[in-house]
Amino acid sequence: MTLDVAWAVDWVRRSADAVAEHREELIELDRQIGDGDHGENLNRGFTAVVAKLDALEEPPGEIGDVLKLVATTLMSTVGGAAGPLYGTAFLRAAKATAVPELDTKGVVALLEAALEGIVVRGKARTGEKTMVDAWTPASEAAAAASDAGASAAEALEAAAQAAADGAQATIPLVATKGRASYLGERSAGHLDPGARSTELILQAAAQAAA
Amino acid sequence: MSEREPAPVALVLVSHSRAIAEGAVDLAGQMAPGVLLLAAGGTDDGGLGTSYDAVEAAVTRAVADGRSAVVLADLGSAVLTAESVLDLADPDVAERVRIADAPFVEGAVAAAVTAHGGADLDRVLAAAEHAGTMFGGDQVRPAAVEAAADDGVVRGAVTLRNPLGLHARPAAIVARMLAAYDAKVRINGANAASVLELMKLGATQGDELTIEVEGPQATEARDALVAAVQEGFGEV
Repeated sequence: MTLDVAWAVDWVRRSADAVAEHREELIELDRQIGDGDHGENLNRGFTAVVAKLDALEEPPGEIGDVLKLVATTLMSTVGGAAGPLYGTAFLRAAKATAVPELDTKGVVALLEAALEGIVVRGKARTGEKTMVDAWTPASEAAAAASDAGASAAEALEAAAQAAADGAQATIPLVATKGRASYLGERSAGHLDPGARSTELILQAAAQAAA
Repeated sequence: MSEREPAPVALVLVSHSRAIAEGAVDLAGQMAPGVLLLAAGGTDDGGLGTSYDAVEAAVTRAVADGRSAVVLADLGSAVLTAESVLDLADPDVAERVRIADAPFVEGAVAAAVTAHGGADLDRVLAAAEHAGTMFGGDQVRPAAVEAAADDGVVRGAVTLRNPLGLHARPAAIVARMLAAYDAKVRINGANAASVLELMKLGATQGDELTIEVEGPQATEARDALVAAVQEGFGEV
């Protein structure tokens, strides 16, 4: 079974709902090790994305069209580092998904492109307590599921689970990139807010496909 | 250069805070009135953060009329936003813009003064990026005094008259003035084309400045410099 444009739209709407629902939690996580604006910024961004989706006269023809709308809107409205990071992720993902439907390999390509965008923009690697620590295992889990013959929905489910595990694994890490790196050792013991929001967004993708 | 025609390199100052970006524009503009300086600070609703649209608009204006531009950014997301803007810009625009890896305020001042002298993109970028080491330690050391008389160096000495000495404004006047001459000027060993090196000398009223000049217009440059110092930069 493949994923279509309706899935992409549903993914984005579910992401917006999840971010709104967890806004306070993301703010609190970011307040502990950052500047406390992640929940507010991301919620503002996704609210703007949904408004743009609502304003469309007709649904986009390709999955990439939906993701590009997300990318440009997040870049323009988020305000914090999550804007250019998620913006670049969705932009790269959009370029990899200029098709009306995605099969399992398409899902893997989407996640790999998104991860690449985040790495290019943020110049972070795994283990530095950033969203890369959620995106990397997610992308790898989807690829492994694809190799094992999983469906597109199953690959997303595996990615979401791996992102959740990856986010939890950021707790003991000491941040060396991003605002949390200013705290040095004191950043250990806290869940990275960017990894947590990545988990929420990939969970939304899996739920939309289920 | 004409004061009405902006210098060929403009600056875009991207900060999380509108007040910081506008303050840096004011500060750098005071020392380099001939440079187009554009602030892109804060989010669109005036909060803390960076606005993709504001940065894009500033970059677009900066590179209009064939200019190129150096972008200075403060904390992480300001840099990321600037990079994203250049990623999505027309290649024709992106190739004329550089993001400086530089301290925000010091880099802006150094880049603005260099741009005011009509310098090209690479030199303005280098001025911004060297600003960090200028203020970071004791990198500026007076050069050993060259004793030889027939070494082609034109020398002079003059005493600072204005009460505050070689502070920011006079340092900028000196650097700008000397940019008009085909000559390399050192004051107490510091490169006189660099407003930061001049400020770092910490020269105050009553200090004697040792001037060493090389180049085809060495004598003219020295005489102009001596005259400016004796006039107290209009502050006496």
